[in-house]
Amino acid sequence: MSLFPLQLRDVVFRPNGRAVLDGVDLTLSGEGITVVLGPNGAGKSVLLRTICGLLPSTGGVIDWGGGSFDPLAVGMVFQHPVMLRSSVIDNIALGLVPRGVGARERRMAAMAMLEQIGLADRANDNARQLSGGEQQRLALGRVWLTRPRLLLLDEPTSSLDPSAVEAVERIVRQIRTEGTKILMTTHNLGQATRLADDIVFLAGGRVREHVSVRRFFSQPSSVEARQFIQGELPWHLAF
Amino acid sequence: MASGFLKRLLPALILSATAMSVQAGESITLASTTSTENSGLFGYILPIFEKATGIQVKVVALGTGQALDVGKRGDADALLVHDRAKEEAFVAEGFGAYRKDVMYNDFVVVGPAADPAGIAAAKSTDEAFGKIADSGNAFASRADRSGTHSAEMRFWKAAGKNPEGQAWYKASGSGMGATLNMAAGVGAYTLSDRGSWANFKNRQDLKILFQGDPALYNPYGVILINPVKHPHVKKAAAESFINWITSEAGHQAIADYKLHGEQLFFPLKAK
Amino acid sequence: MGGFSQAFADAFSLLWDFDARVFEIVLLSLQVSGLAVLIGTFIGLPLGACLAVGSFPGKQTAAVIVNGFMGLPSVVVGVVVYLVLSRSGPMGDFGLLYTPSAMVIAQVVLVVPLMAAIARQVVEDTWRQYREELAALRFGWRDTVRVLLHDCRFSLSVAVLAGLGRAMSEVGAVMIVGGNIDRSTRVMTTAIALETSKGDLPLAIALGMVLLALILFLNAGAFALRTSVMRRFE
Repeated sequence: MSLFPLQLRDVVFRPNGRAVLDGVDLTLSGEGITVVLGPNGAGKSVLLRTICGLLPSTGGVIDWGGGSFDPLAVGMVFQHPVMLRSSVIDNIALGLVPRGVGARERRMAAMAMLEQIGLADRANDNARQLSGGEQQRLALGRVWLTRPRLLLLDEPTSSLDPSAVEAVERIVRQIRTEGTKILMTTHNLGQATRLADDIVFLAGGRVREHVSVRRFFSQPSSVEARQFIQGELPWHLAF
Repeated sequence: MASGFLKRLLPALILSATAMSVQAGESITLASTTSTENSGLFGYILPIFEKATGIQVKVVALGTGQALDVGKRGDADALLVHDRAKEEAFVAEGFGAYRKDVMYNDFVVVGPAADPAGIAAAKSTDEAFGKIADSGNAFASRADRSGTHSAEMRFWKAAGKNPEGQAWYKASGSGMGATLNMAAGVGAYTLSDRGSWANFKNRQDLKILFQGDPALYNPYGVILINPVKHPHVKKAAAESFINWITSEAGHQAIADYKLHGEQLFFPLKAK
Repeated sequence: MGGFSQAFADAFSLLWDFDARVFEIVLLSLQVSGLAVLIGTFIGLPLGACLAVGSFPGKQTAAVIVNGFMGLPSVVVGVVVYLVLSRSGPMGDFGLLYTPSAMVIAQVVLVVPLMAAIARQVVEDTWRQYREELAALRFGWRDTVRVLLHDCRFSLSVAVLAGLGRAMSEVGAVMIVGGNIDRSTRVMTTAIALETSKGDLPLAIALGMVLLALILFLNAGAFALRTSVMRRFE
């Protein structure tokens, strides 16, 4: 049962008349990291939420490799992840709760995951007292523990310092290596070049380009993409 | 964490609550009047009965009217109330198996010490009530269908007065104590049974202004709730209480009860 | 009249002597209200959380009804429970009227709407923040309710305390369904009403102060427990 190729055909999201997604066409293979770039308000976050099933599309088709949508196989990490008023280990095991995993098993799996993301020594600490970077790693581990086939990341490092960004990127690469398809948004073009296999460039609620990362940065075909790279690149390389 | 604490607390609470409701030995529910409860009579005679028979009597103190309603619904085993006309109707309608005389006390008319209506000089209860109505001084009424309220209505009628709706007529709609509190607060006259008055502490300016007229005689009767109508009635236990309180021993206990050195209730020999 | 100083003196001497009758009355109050609030917690808090989280037709109406019932006079609850438990009522065969069980039942009816209404507010505020992420982790409504109740446990202690306060301080319902029977169903509030009706105002005030002290003590205890646990997880 494969979700891929995941095909979006003419997907529209138009709440209250204003089109946020205005006919998105996109095909994703089952491997690698696809980074969605685009100016603010291009519809990047809405695209991820629509694929995740959190927002209903108002038009078009999402085709999961010819099969039906399996919510348990699709995970998402948000820009500001929720931390329950509880311990780190309770938080990381959270995703196993609706999957019917028993308490003891949850604990063991959670502990193993904490080792993997380097938070094992914080297991019993208050999750809300973790740093931003640690919280983001916890959020990644939380979804990773549910073994999704497709992982959606919405600006996972937007407010982190460089060393925390690096730690998060390391985990993202690990998840990719284990065979999970990743679709992520970022404003950090350096991060895009470091992580992406291919780039989706979104502007005005439509996909303007979907090409390899090398080609996108060397030969952007659309005017918008060229402007975007020129406008954004110097500022982000400063990091 | 918190749930572990609850898991320990829950059984403890349930156990203690069931322990409270499950009493050793037999018990009956007696619906009676606030006047007897407030006088302290039950606190004196019921332990004597319980000691003799092992039966606990649980007293729910209400107005006579409410007590009769509770009896009609079958929520008590016996009644001890003071409104002979209503009691006899209650038995006649089949709600009670029978009624027996128990004791009597008397009513007193209390009011502000200055006695603005001048009832202290009245020759009869009718005259006293007539004077109160004519003076326009405030009068606090139970207005709760209690035996005391019934008696008060009789007195107004005998005096040829209709106090309903008059500005000076304060209908408290509550028990004897609350009505006495009201009378003390506004300087009103009121009709009280002697027991409630004797046990009432917040008298302020109130004192007894009229008493001793035979019309103020206040008989109490005991009624067994009809077991035919309400099969769950604890007939045997209730009858042993009725038999005791109408017996020599019961009469002695009633006569022995004194509040501030004064006997409040007088046994009535069965006819 | 003895006045307030006398009332204070009476209250302290009662507490000091630890009068057995007063102790019995206080104990029964704690048992009846404690059990009612415990049962109310298991009904009211999940009910409130379901009203916050659930999406079903009539949700707004249900929330309005629960909020409205919060202001129900305890006497009305007492009369309704009386009619239900009365020998002539639908549950008369159990013979529960004029027992502590009847008082517990009436107080459960009294506190559930209050606790549900507070829980709904508390849980809804948190749910707004968690909604997307829980949905993305594929939480169904049952697990959502469970996680939110646990996560809001510190704020929900307010609902429990409010329930306890209402249960311990109400007099109308327990008076009617309990009957204020000496040594059987007499609790603090009905004892206060009785002493007031006897015109023994100082004793009534003294009992009232014992009740107040008890409620303050329970609140302080809950507050201390809450801050000590919260320090770890807020």
